Amino acid sequence: MDNFVVEVKGVSKVYGKMIKTVALHELDLGFTTGSFNAIIGESGSGKSTLLNIIGTLDRPTKGEVIINGVSTRNLSKGRLADLRNETLGFVFQFHYLLPEFTALENVLMPYRIVNGKVDRKSQARAKEILNLVGLEKVENNLATNMSGGQQQRTAIARALMNQPKIILADEPTGNLDSQTTDSIYQLFRKINQERGTTFIIITHDRRVAEKADRIVEILDGRISLDIVK
Amino acid sequence: MKLAFDIALRFLKSSKGQTALIVLGIAIGVSVQIFIGSLITGLQKSLIDKTVGSASQITVSAKTDGDFILAPQAEIKTIKAANPDEIINLVAVTQGPAILKTADQSTTIILRGFDWDDAQGIYKIVDRMVNGELGTNENEVIIGTDLSENLNIRIGDSIEMIIPNGKAQQFLVTGFFDLQVKSLNKSWILTNENTVQAFLETGEGVSQIEMQVNDVFAADEVATAVEKRLNDDTLVVTNWKAENAALLSGLSGQTASSLMIQVFVLISVVLGIASVLAISVVQKSRQIGILKAMGMHNPKASLVFLFQGFLLGILGAFVGVGLGIGLSWSFATFVTNPDGSSLVPFYIDWIFIGISAGIAITASTMAALIPAIRVSQLDPMEVIKNG
Repeated sequence: MDNFVVEVKGVSKVYGKMIKTVALHELDLGFTTGSFNAIIGESGSGKSTLLNIIGTLDRPTKGEVIINGVSTRNLSKGRLADLRNETLGFVFQFHYLLPEFTALENVLMPYRIVNGKVDRKSQARAKEILNLVGLEKVENNLATNMSGGQQQRTAIARALMNQPKIILADEPTGNLDSQTTDSIYQLFRKINQERGTTFIIITHDRRVAEKADRIVEILDGRISLDIVK
Repeated sequence: MKLAFDIALRFLKSSKGQTALIVLGIAIGVSVQIFIGSLITGLQKSLIDKTVGSASQITVSAKTDGDFILAPQAEIKTIKAANPDEIINLVAVTQGPAILKTADQSTTIILRGFDWDDAQGIYKIVDRMVNGELGTNENEVIIGTDLSENLNIRIGDSIEMIIPNGKAQQFLVTGFFDLQVKSLNKSWILTNENTVQAFLETGEGVSQIEMQVNDVFAADEVATAVEKRLNDDTLVVTNWKAENAALLSGLSGQTASSLMIQVFVLISVVLGIASVLAISVVQKSRQIGILKAMGMHNPKASLVFLFQGFLLGILGAFVGVGLGIGLSWSFATFVTNPDGSSLVPFYIDWIFIGISAGIAITASTMAALIPAIRVSQLDPMEVIKNG
């Protein structure tokens, strides 16, 4: 058996009670540790639904998701929250930074959710991550006082804070220009290579997808293509 | 806890206008509560003080009119023992009606005599003297200002009094008092114990024993205790509450209406906070959603809003106490009687203020419960789906 860090087994997702819309059809998919994966597909194909189910933000109608060897099927909301906090890092199309906090404080947020207070070590790590994403100069800016690229890089730094095994990114560069997009993907690659973090990235940009180790295409809730380079 | 508190604080700081508005709302509520509460309490205190503050609150007298209490010192001891903590200012009073005759006029008066020192507690005669001095020697008396004007009596004058059995005697006027009640100033003549006992021929006996109590509203209970302790059929015990039923019902009506006002003020404050915080949940749903996605548990997310309610409550209560005291003070200072004294004296009851502030803080926190529950129901998926 492969060394899967994320495993999706027979996952279906049906929306609606009266009129049922099937978003995912019994998907089986596994992602190996340290891999760099792209999920592509047209809008409405079900790729975001899949990512949200992998991220335990949404529950599948059928099937189960195993993350880091733990089945999430019967976990309570609290346990799922802990799992997300410790194992997963999220990057969305919108940065979702807390505008009331500075870049550094935003990066520290996942750590504070578990530990409450910030110690010197975590503070140093947050600064190191900000350094990694090239934001050391604006670390004390409020989230609202940064450019779109800086905000997205802060969101990435935040996703890295708790040293997650997996980073889930949903159109992370959807709102950014092509130059910034390139630098963000180079950053992802760097983190993937240096830290062995598994990446699962949704993108509709084929150019971006081609840089991944593996491309999974979703069409109408089914896997239509699965290429491993 | 710390994180929820920090986030709550940051949320409040980030929308300063909104925060100021809620704080002001709470503050006005608290200040109205304190103002009305203090006003009513001050009003009642001054009313009671004026009514019974310088009068006997519990009186023990002989059942049969004209009889005397023969061993007053022993009775005083017994009375005091009935409730040593409450009973104060005990004084034995000997009194009787008499006709006052001057060269050209005569009028009916009541001659009252007591030990000047004992009487100071209830009647504060020393402070009420307007002219001359207390009649401490035999056959010396003091009279009310109105009586002195009516009959044109001056200090050093000699007056004649006749009692019902026909006995007549001359007395020396040594001073005038003003008890601030016209009827008493017109009808009372006060003297020392020996003079009255000799003139009325009571021997050691006194007409009645008067006293006050620390808690004026407990006068009826204390009176009952005194009655039990005395256990004497020849004596009657009366108290001011039994004799001022109309005043008391007026006071309790006032208390009830002030309480009603305070309750409605509180309800409006709570509704105000709850609605503003509910809006704030909608405003902050993105932040809450992402915090939950990053692993924040529901109770902690709810705590953010409870802390907001709590902080707003503390801030509002703080400002409100200041405003309320300021309002009460201005009312006492600027709303005055024609003579310049304040219509309602400035009165601060810190316990009441503390309770008002406490209620405001509790109510604000409780008001945050509804938004807090909404937060715990917020699904991070909705935020992420809808951007």
